[in-house]
Amino acid sequence: MGARYTRSGRSWKLNMNTLTIDRQINTGVECVKLDAKGKHYTVLNQELRKAVANGAKNIEIYNVHGQRYIGTNLYPYDVANLHIKVFGTPGNDLGVFLNGPKIEVFGNTQDAVGNTMNAGEIVVHGNTGDILGYGMRGGEIYVKGNVGYRVAIHMKQFRDKVPAVVIGGAMQDFFGEYMAGGIVVLLALEMPEDHRHSSFVGTGMHGGKIFIRGNMESEQIGKEVGVTEPTEDEYRVINKYVSKYCAYFGNYQPEDIMKDKFIKLYPKILRPYGNIYAY
Amino acid sequence: MKSNIISDFTVKRDENKCIKCEVCVRQCGFECHQYDKEHDVVLTDETKCAGCQRCVTYCPTNALEIKPRDLGYRTNYNWSKERITDIIKQAETGGMILTGMGSDKPHPVYWDKLLLNASQVTNPSIDPLREPMELRTYIGRKPDQLEIKDREVITQLAPNFRIEMPVMFSAMSYGAVSLNTMESLARAATEFGTTFNTGEGGLPTELRKYGKNAVVQCASGRFGLDVEYLNTGIMVEIKIGQGAKPGIGGHLPGEKVTQKVAETRMIPQGSDAISPAPQHDIYSIEDLSMLICALKEATNYTKPISVKIAAVHNAAAIASGIVRAGADVVVIDGIRGSTGAAPKVIRDNVGIPVELALAAVDTRLRKEGIRNHASIIIAGGIRSSSDVVKAIALGADAVYIGTAALIAMGCALCQKCYTGTCNWGICTQDPYLTKRLNPDIASRRLVNLLRAWEHEIKEMLGGMGINSIESLRGNRLHLRGVDLHKWELDILEVEGAGN
Repeated sequence: MGARYTRSGRSWKLNMNTLTIDRQINTGVECVKLDAKGKHYTVLNQELRKAVANGAKNIEIYNVHGQRYIGTNLYPYDVANLHIKVFGTPGNDLGVFLNGPKIEVFGNTQDAVGNTMNAGEIVVHGNTGDILGYGMRGGEIYVKGNVGYRVAIHMKQFRDKVPAVVIGGAMQDFFGEYMAGGIVVLLALEMPEDHRHSSFVGTGMHGGKIFIRGNMESEQIGKEVGVTEPTEDEYRVINKYVSKYCAYFGNYQPEDIMKDKFIKLYPKILRPYGNIYAY
Repeated sequence: MKSNIISDFTVKRDENKCIKCEVCVRQCGFECHQYDKEHDVVLTDETKCAGCQRCVTYCPTNALEIKPRDLGYRTNYNWSKERITDIIKQAETGGMILTGMGSDKPHPVYWDKLLLNASQVTNPSIDPLREPMELRTYIGRKPDQLEIKDREVITQLAPNFRIEMPVMFSAMSYGAVSLNTMESLARAATEFGTTFNTGEGGLPTELRKYGKNAVVQCASGRFGLDVEYLNTGIMVEIKIGQGAKPGIGGHLPGEKVTQKVAETRMIPQGSDAISPAPQHDIYSIEDLSMLICALKEATNYTKPISVKIAAVHNAAAIASGIVRAGADVVVIDGIRGSTGAAPKVIRDNVGIPVELALAAVDTRLRKEGIRNHASIIIAGGIRSSSDVVKAIALGADAVYIGTAALIAMGCALCQKCYTGTCNWGICTQDPYLTKRLNPDIASRRLVNLLRAWEHEIKEMLGGMGINSIESLRGNRLHLRGVDLHKWELDILEVEGAGN
């Protein structure tokens, strides 16, 4: 499976030839096509907003090259079943405050994908930068490859509104820091053993769950975090997300991933910093 | 371990007056007073007393008297009661000393060293009872120039909002304060024509109808923050820092995270609501610009975006960066600013007085020719209408009041906000305590306070011969300093009195 990624320097780069773009587009569904070439993000996002205001449900944006905040300004339009496909490399804050649409990126993304997002779905056929899913309140993010630093920090949940982040590759430091809710699944595919160098995982965690395929050294994990094996029910939850991951990216079969053991990181106490104060 | 802490207060009960009605027992959330049925006597545990005077106020026979207590140790200038008590507390717990409200240390209050001018002979003063006096203020970015064609303004104007007096309510989050407190502030702001501020705890659905008068905050915890919330408010405020705790985050104690607070903040009930020290998507001015632009996109460029910082050493340079990053409003919160909970060592030692920061920021932005790009709002220790007038003359567009508003509602400055036990029903989530604050009454008291200040500000303006607050803004010639060093006068750009 290593053929899908080629190693270049320290980072994993996506081999564009293996993308299944042709399968994904030109499906015959009526769709609005936007060309981002040379456009400032304000112009592109206004065009997107206009298309959504006119009732478009399938939108494809081509030649995206660093434009920020895609999918952010769609309030208060009806975004149910809205599917935005992005071709190229969107800029920072892709889908920041996202509230319902599905964004699929055929390429890599920069920092802060799904920042404080509330609902919807973001699928990245590539790698992403730092702070993915910061303060995420709902919805799901799927990343085929690796993610940067401070990913999935301070995610939240309430009752049945449980955000989820599923990552195929590796993560960096401060993964799931301050987590107050939500589910993070790290599949660690294509990750050589020596690549497991991230530290401070789950520091300050006081809610939610992190599932990691394989193992972690105790010194990599925040002191507020407990490690255990997922329960049967939790394996079913993992399987749900893994199946969706495989359906999106088609690079693995769910059974191949699920045959390996996972660990669960969970907050040992609700109040990690409750004892640092004198009242 | 036996505690060596000596109580802060003595509680004296006049047994001749006490009718054992148990009002004090019920009123004290700290459970100082207990009724002993067997001996028919009300007993008091002074170590629990916060000095909030709730029981004294409500005792029907005036039988109670609460006074600060001296330690009784040998007098020692170097080792005050507070220093000794803090050390004992830390020796017993190993924790940081928590506190609430603004710093009670004698940091210089420059408002008291700045005096206002009045007209005598050479220009007439104005009687506000006889002539119109305008306090109306617009908050937001102002254009560099106005282009007018066929009597119409054709310049594209940035979003601004209007307040009837340059006094707004400070940020107080739902979770720190009770829903009734927030509702009181919201209703008073709506009635008077100013704004309240959600703080970072989100805007409960019941209060969304007051959105036109709400400043909604985006802070590091990102609590209650979705695109509907952002679009509900009149302005979005990015909170970088707070005057009471510059540079550190916040931990709303788990005791205050009730089901409703947990729902609004989307965190587990009973957990500490952790606001990280920085916003983790802002590690530079460029990153700040990224969030400002994100918020503008999310609100479709219909609302000013403000950035709130604590007044720190390089406030002027930081403010310049904030304005260049695209902020429409800069908020500066001084060292005397208040809080629901902060480590005392931070509250009392970090930051600078807001007067100096304001003067430095206003001067810097004017010199760089970007003062009109952003309004300046200051917070942290505005106690009276004269403080407001002096702040405007120093260069502020408006001020935030927090503690003053709380006192109007009943706060007795006992500094125990962080315990979640506020006997006045303000800074608590305990339903038994929160119902003590009636929004009908509290909002009336707040509006009364604003009306009183409005009259006073008009009188002061009239006395100076000014009929519009706009003419006073940044007009430091109307200020004179007393009892100030040259370096202070230089920073304030104010002449010494007599000059």
